[in-house]
Amino acid sequence: MTKYTDHLGRPVVAVTGIGVVTSLGVGKQENWAALTSGRSGIHPITRFPVDLLNTRIAGTVDFLGSSNQGATALTYELAETAAAEAIGQSGLAGAFDGPLFLASPPVELSWHSRFAMYGQSDEQEGYARLLATASKQNGDVFDSVMFGAVADRLADRFGATGLPITLSTACASGATAIQLGVEAIRRGESDRALSIGADGSATAEALIRFSLLSALSTQNDVPEKASKPFSKDRDGFVLAEGSAALVLESLESALARGAKVLGVLAGCGERADDFHRTRSKPDGSPAIAAVRAALADSGLGEDRIDYINAHGTSTPENDKMEHMSLSTVFGERMRRLPISSNKSMIGHTLSAAGAIEAAFSLMTMLEGVIPPTINYDNPDPAIELDVVPNAKRQADVSAVLSNSFGFGGQNTCLVMAREPV
Amino acid sequence: MSAHDVVITGIGLVSSLGEGAEAHWTALSAGPPAPVVDSERFAPFSFHPLPEIDWSRQIAKRGDQRQMETWQRLGTYTAGLALDEAGMKGDEALVGSMDMVIAAGGGERDAAVDAAILAASQTRADREVLLNEKLTTELRPTLFLAQLSNLLAGNISIVHKVTGSSRTFMGEEGAAVSAVDTAFARIRSGQATHVLVGGAFQSEHPDMLLGYELGGYLHRGPHAPVWQRQGMPGGGIVSGSGSAFLVLEQREHAEKRGRKAYAELLAVTPGRSKRDAGYEDALASIYARTAKDAENLLVVSGASGAHAATAAEQAVLARRGAVVRGYSSLIGHVKEAQFFVAVALAALAVGKGKAFSPFDGSEKPFSGPLTGALATTVGYHYFEGMALVAAAE
Repeated sequence: MTKYTDHLGRPVVAVTGIGVVTSLGVGKQENWAALTSGRSGIHPITRFPVDLLNTRIAGTVDFLGSSNQGATALTYELAETAAAEAIGQSGLAGAFDGPLFLASPPVELSWHSRFAMYGQSDEQEGYARLLATASKQNGDVFDSVMFGAVADRLADRFGATGLPITLSTACASGATAIQLGVEAIRRGESDRALSIGADGSATAEALIRFSLLSALSTQNDVPEKASKPFSKDRDGFVLAEGSAALVLESLESALARGAKVLGVLAGCGERADDFHRTRSKPDGSPAIAAVRAALADSGLGEDRIDYINAHGTSTPENDKMEHMSLSTVFGERMRRLPISSNKSMIGHTLSAAGAIEAAFSLMTMLEGVIPPTINYDNPDPAIELDVVPNAKRQADVSAVLSNSFGFGGQNTCLVMAREPV
Repeated sequence: MSAHDVVITGIGLVSSLGEGAEAHWTALSAGPPAPVVDSERFAPFSFHPLPEIDWSRQIAKRGDQRQMETWQRLGTYTAGLALDEAGMKGDEALVGSMDMVIAAGGGERDAAVDAAILAASQTRADREVLLNEKLTTELRPTLFLAQLSNLLAGNISIVHKVTGSSRTFMGEEGAAVSAVDTAFARIRSGQATHVLVGGAFQSEHPDMLLGYELGGYLHRGPHAPVWQRQGMPGGGIVSGSGSAFLVLEQREHAEKRGRKAYAELLAVTPGRSKRDAGYEDALASIYARTAKDAENLLVVSGASGAHAATAAEQAVLARRGAVVRGYSSLIGHVKEAQFFVAVALAALAVGKGKAFSPFDGSEKPFSGPLTGALATTVGYHYFEGMALVAAAE
């Protein structure tokens, strides 16, 4: 008989639907084919002029209808596309009938709108003029500055229940959205939850802000080579866009309706860093605690993890700290434990990253194939890891750890398993 | 009574009326105080400004203060007030295992840089290149960190060492409703023992006013109490600068460390009801589900003044014959912090066992001792929530 509860007596949380969009394409199949063939989605930026910019490459999603309609429109379309794929796969028809958790970027009035409004009057200056023309704008402009508007529309579109939660834990957001869904199911509030991470916010201003913090790679000449996690010559992350959605469901409910179980969300762990706004604590203790919390929550010992989906941003700081933290948790075994970074191919999708990487972690187990870390031509000798360099690897993977370590100190780790633990 | 009941053991509160729970009790219980309103700086719009604050009382390091703009500083400061009151501040074991759910919008943009770009845009055809030119040279590199929604939580971790977990919810008033609801559910189910929830809003920045006015929501002209703005020029909202933080704690956890609670949190009901002809009934249903059979409640209302939303809430409260205190009349609308203020004031009054005196001439006096209060927040555009607090026993 199938056991529906986990080691702590909580409902087992299954995944019954997965949807993904990245710069590599729309949908799981297109993404997986590209990812396992080591193809990069990083390219020269064409969305806006790159004059005077130090970084001129990105992993933007340029092929959707709203790719040039501003961050809010694109974030919605990314979320909607991934969610539709995930729900389609789950076999759930009609209203979704469960809560929605959306990880998405903070919103701001676009420069496009600011310029347009400023041009509508010649009285007063600066913000006084914007305030004077503000109430004459159409509803789309207002919606674009409402932080909950994307989730509100998604809740209507998919028939989610209750008040949808829009969240930001920086680069850990996508993982937090999944964690919130897992917690809601474990509390018995719902049999299912829809967790989405979506980020279509690669504007010039966003790029410049990260650039001013020296966070971005400036290796513009060969864009697809710029993101090189764990390499000696890594120099920053590559800004990117994308989305992923998971349909989470109690195992009992999934099996009762005959759904195919794609994997299990076995554990979530988090720990905030109190050291610095952009740097992590030198001893790695918050990341270590987050990994250990996720393992403990899953009931799996560290020896049961077969593969790690790294945060692996390709910044000098992250990759060093991630290596150090994982070596502390996994000890000697860390040299042989496969770990790869999807960001080597898709860049850093920020709010969406945790969700996209969870989706790819689940596919790794389903397909028995580990996607590589590409651009690993010049290993960092201080980081001794099996990064699955440059080419995919067949492997029987029954449990994965996926890391998300955010700017602002928010660390979230997920443990996923092929079968109920 | 159960060990997993949720009690409120700390309140941090800052508004134009002052700082601290006690100062707010004093201001709100001795007859209607005159609201502090600035009608000139952003005329024709009014707002309720922050009081004088000595930031170093809760944010010891000048370096930390400098890393933040007013929004984050205000939230971090108010979080400190709540932790202080709960007897948790500086207790490494307690704050190190404490969970945190913050409701946040965005931080302050550099208004001078924005204005310079807008001015230059009048004479330049290549506006996107102009953006690159100005933003790469004139933005202060670390300003981004003062703008990121999740960095209020980040600063609270750095300054107050709250590190058990850190989550930031976005979505105007609804973010705070979800934050309180999530913390409540986690404590009740045993997923957490003590959670810091809260948010802040800094109204004294034109970009923040713009957020409302793009929907035509700001009240224009002379200040009026929140219940009396229907039919007046503008959209009905007078914003305020303010912040509220709450320490929500498992009853057993609070008792073990010998803390007295302000009140018990009994129910939280989030909603996303359609804003159509059925909206009043939807609100009435949320009221009924939250209040259940509790009697003689004081309603602490976060009504924003936005015409449609406030009219619907007013009608439902009238139907129930409720005694209401609409605090936006006095401190303004504090957006992401609105529901935290509602719950904080409700808990404060219940803790005192007495209702606030009326906040404007239209509000009825409350008779008898106070044992329960309903906190409401009906979002000015979407989302709503209510919570019930009662004496902690």
